[in-house]
Amino acid sequence: MKANIKELTKGIFKENPVFVIVLGLCPVLGVSTQVSNAIGMSAGVMFVLLFSNIIISALRKVIPGSIHIPAYIVVIASLVTITEMVMHAFVPSVYSALGVYLPLIVVNCIILGRAEAFASKNTVLDSILDAIGMSIGFALGITLIALIRELFGSGTITLFPMGNFSGVINIPWFYDNPIRVLSLAPGALLIMGYLKAFFDWNTSRKKDK
Amino acid sequence: MSYIAILLTFIFINNFILVQFLGLCPFIGVSKNSENAIGMGASVTFVTTVASVVTWAIYYFLLVPFNLQYLQTLTFILVIASLVQLLEMVIQKISPALYKALGIYLPLITTNCAVLGIAIINITNSYNVMEAFTAGLAAGLGFTLAIVLMSNIRERLDLQPVRGPYRGMPIAFISAGLMALAFMAFDKSLITNLHLV
Repeated sequence: MKANIKELTKGIFKENPVFVIVLGLCPVLGVSTQVSNAIGMSAGVMFVLLFSNIIISALRKVIPGSIHIPAYIVVIASLVTITEMVMHAFVPSVYSALGVYLPLIVVNCIILGRAEAFASKNTVLDSILDAIGMSIGFALGITLIALIRELFGSGTITLFPMGNFSGVINIPWFYDNPIRVLSLAPGALLIMGYLKAFFDWNTSRKKDK
Repeated sequence: MSYIAILLTFIFINNFILVQFLGLCPFIGVSKNSENAIGMGASVTFVTTVASVVTWAIYYFLLVPFNLQYLQTLTFILVIASLVQLLEMVIQKISPALYKALGIYLPLITTNCAVLGIAIINITNSYNVMEAFTAGLAAGLGFTLAIVLMSNIRERLDLQPVRGPYRGMPIAFISAGLMALAFMAFDKSLITNLHLV
């Protein structure tokens, strides 16, 4: 059991897909302008990754080795199509905000990477834990970037509207003094660079001890 | 929209890497020296151009008549994957020299967001076939421009004293950010000011 828990936690910190493996960056930088978009994208990735890992690990003995990549792509693309249709029907605002990045989950390296590197060699249970860990790691990474960009770039935090709550929280001082460039394209790359440097420094510091 | 406007839009204003963040994996992974960057850029340009036309034809001649638009994502990725495989075989047969230059990059292109991205963008913007061709070509050229510039920056960075944790990927991201800042000078007003619309 202890080994199984390790599959879950490794994706969150030690092998964080965003900051350590640096995979699937297109959506991370593309949709991290608002916290709500980041959460929507995380939900999409979590659904696709979980079910693709389950299906691929369950079929790992059936899929012939020579055509395994096309087979994985068909599984992933069908799941992405389901996600697209569900989001279009129930959360149209998130669907339009994610735009082209939603169908692009198909070519997100994290999902094909986990299918190839993990699900094709491990049991269904381990693959489920791996998928949950990896998608939590992805969600933390993208939400952290979105939080920094939105807070400093426009002084707000956008969540989902519920009842009387409009979904947008204004942060007093930051709202009056926004650093606009952070919410635009260059800000995403700059913040990614500084965060990556911070996490690298953190790992190397731990190693020295 | 005139063709020049499409070219300018996808090369500069909506540069695939620096503005839309499509195709970042090869941008960071293959930009360590300029020779590889040019090879990758040329292969991507080739594939985006061909894929734009092929996916356009499949969408309008196959999916629309049978009312199957919701299968767009699934069909496009399969078409692109087989197209890349086919191109690899054709190039190997016709020009072994070109295959030697592009060969190692071609398999990587299937999972490049830029190719699927341009195919979907062509449909969303409801371009006609010539516009789709131009957009595919321009997106590839924009990708090549960014990756070649980046590889030159990184070659120089190798010779500079970069502080510990910034070495490697972080400084590459920060340089790309500064490059994106420069690309912000191109915006939509460029097209209206040049009277291209």
